[in-house]
Amino acid sequence: MGKVPYVELVDGKVQGVVSSGSDIARVYVSWVSFTDGEHLFGCSTNNNRPCGGAAGNHLCKHLDSLLAEAVTMYGYDRVARYLKIESPNPDTHLRFSLTAPCIAGSRSASSIFSRFLRYLTYLEQPVATAPVPELHWFPTVGVK
Amino acid sequence: MLASQLESLLATDRPGVDAALQLVTDLDAGLLTGYGRPNPDRDAALAALTSAVAATPLADKVAAATLAIAEGIVTDEQLAVVAAARSALLGAVHDALLSDVDEATDRARVDVAAGEAVEPDKKVAALRGAARAWLTELAITGVAGLDEAFLGDVNPIVEGLGGHPAGRRLAVLLDGLSAELRSCTPIALMAEPPMRRWADLWSRAQLLSRPGHVDEVPDDRISGRLLVLGTELFEHSTLFGVVVHGVVETGKEGVPRLVRATVTAPKVDVITGPAMWNLITDRPNLMTALAEDRCLELTDMPITPTGELVWSDEDAKPGEVVDPLATARLHLVQAVATRTHPLDRHPVAIAEPVFVEQYKVIKGEEPKFNLGGATLDIDVSRLSPAAPLTVKNVAASTACIGVLRWDAGSWTLSPLAVQAPVKRVPTLIHNGQWAAGPTDPKVAKAVERNDSVRVLRERAGRLLRK
Ligand SMILES: [Zn+2]
Repeated sequence: MGKVPYVELVDGKVQGVVSSGSDIARVYVSWVSFTDGEHLFGCSTNNNRPCGGAAGNHLCKHLDSLLAEAVTMYGYDRVARYLKIESPNPDTHLRFSLTAPCIAGSRSASSIFSRFLRYLTYLEQPVATAPVPELHWFPTVGVK
Repeated sequence: MLASQLESLLATDRPGVDAALQLVTDLDAGLLTGYGRPNPDRDAALAALTSAVAATPLADKVAAATLAIAEGIVTDEQLAVVAAARSALLGAVHDALLSDVDEATDRARVDVAAGEAVEPDKKVAALRGAARAWLTELAITGVAGLDEAFLGDVNPIVEGLGGHPAGRRLAVLLDGLSAELRSCTPIALMAEPPMRRWADLWSRAQLLSRPGHVDEVPDDRISGRLLVLGTELFEHSTLFGVVVHGVVETGKEGVPRLVRATVTAPKVDVITGPAMWNLITDRPNLMTALAEDRCLELTDMPITPTGELVWSDEDAKPGEVVDPLATARLHLVQAVATRTHPLDRHPVAIAEPVFVEQYKVIKGEEPKFNLGGATLDIDVSRLSPAAPLTVKNVAASTACIGVLRWDAGSWTLSPLAVQAPVKRVPTLIHNGQWAAGPTDPKVAKAVERNDSVRVLRERAGRLLRK
């Protein structure tokens, strides 16, 4: 979680934000999609500088972390289904199941980054103490 | 709750309840396929709904709306009438079930006068209009036909509503509903979509977004010792909710009063488990009382007509340590409850605190309590990863405070606190125990290592205000 503060399955993409290991003020905006039979991916800083590690058909460590966090959050099956992976193997890291041609796409990271900023605004909202009867419908998730 | 009381509750037969719920099920099938095209089954369900409310003040409106829908005229006005009639039907089921509980447990319940209405401001009114338009489109399309793009359209509405106290409930509801629907797309491929649940949420959102809707506001203040019975924890991807059940010794008549206090914190989905308590650091008195099992001295705490304390932390001072099990033994039997707000009457909203002991546990994945021959199902699905109370503790317990809920046609007990052996010593374990941080060093370490709230707040500080 410290590494991947945000991951979503949106618009056919697994997308999110990965913290830089070296610079606390920097984050990487990373995404993987399935489009026209190909898995496209991208990784760049929030200032739109491309990540050196993600090029050609090589996924960088940020994308590795992103996919791993997506699996933790949403479950292997759902992420694999979302990326239309044909023969997923839950025993290995999801990246090894990206069997379709896998290439670095060109795409601005700004829309993903602005979704992340919107996401952060939830934490800026105050705690409230008015009754919320709707809570009855949202029991806690997960059984121990 | 005594064995004889449980026996009498379980033996009560309400034939009308099944018929009403069947009608709701038929009606909800219409929301799955959508109101945008002709559907004789849906029209039959609407006709049945019309006859069901024929003797009520809703009769004319429902008849007119049903007729209009059958003719293909579907607007938010007609849909709101359908939602209201559906709610009335479920409200009647709620009333019947709750009166069964009251009869079985000898619980007194006072009537409440309606609270004062406060009109929302113009911005909230406009956002409610946008919410109604979205809900109407959802109903016309039908749940089965929803796509990600449509579900994303609600985000700006949720964002706007979330910033206003008067819009918060609707925001919580729409965010929970849309996130859940999104995680289930393509819904048309689902074997058994939970239509009752989704139709409940859709109907509530319809009613909460009506122009005239007003939230219950506190119209009274209460002073006295608040003795905590237990805590219920709720969550969806963007919300953590804490509901504290307790009794207040009011002093005047000496009859303890059952009350609840709610705290809700907006969150994001990576914040889970015990770390969620880190979102609520600005209500230290309440959190301390939960974590240390202390009572709270209330001074003029605002309270709504329905028994909801609107928590003001400076009006509550933590006092001495009080064992919730002792509170339950001493006060729960005679405590007076309050009626549910008319709009909130729904079987799901029944959550009556009860205390049981001297039971035998029937072990299994879902343990049951055998209370003098009567079997009480335990709902372990509501145990939270944010609390130390586990299925194992429940299965080893000798006494339990829980809330009685009615789920899928039967009564269940949802545990809030138990007495169970830890290293052979009878120990109190409850849902609020980690309110000031996990007491288990292993869990505390994990939370600290992976402090999502701190990381995200730090990110927000750097990135939002650049
Ligand atoms: Zn990268």
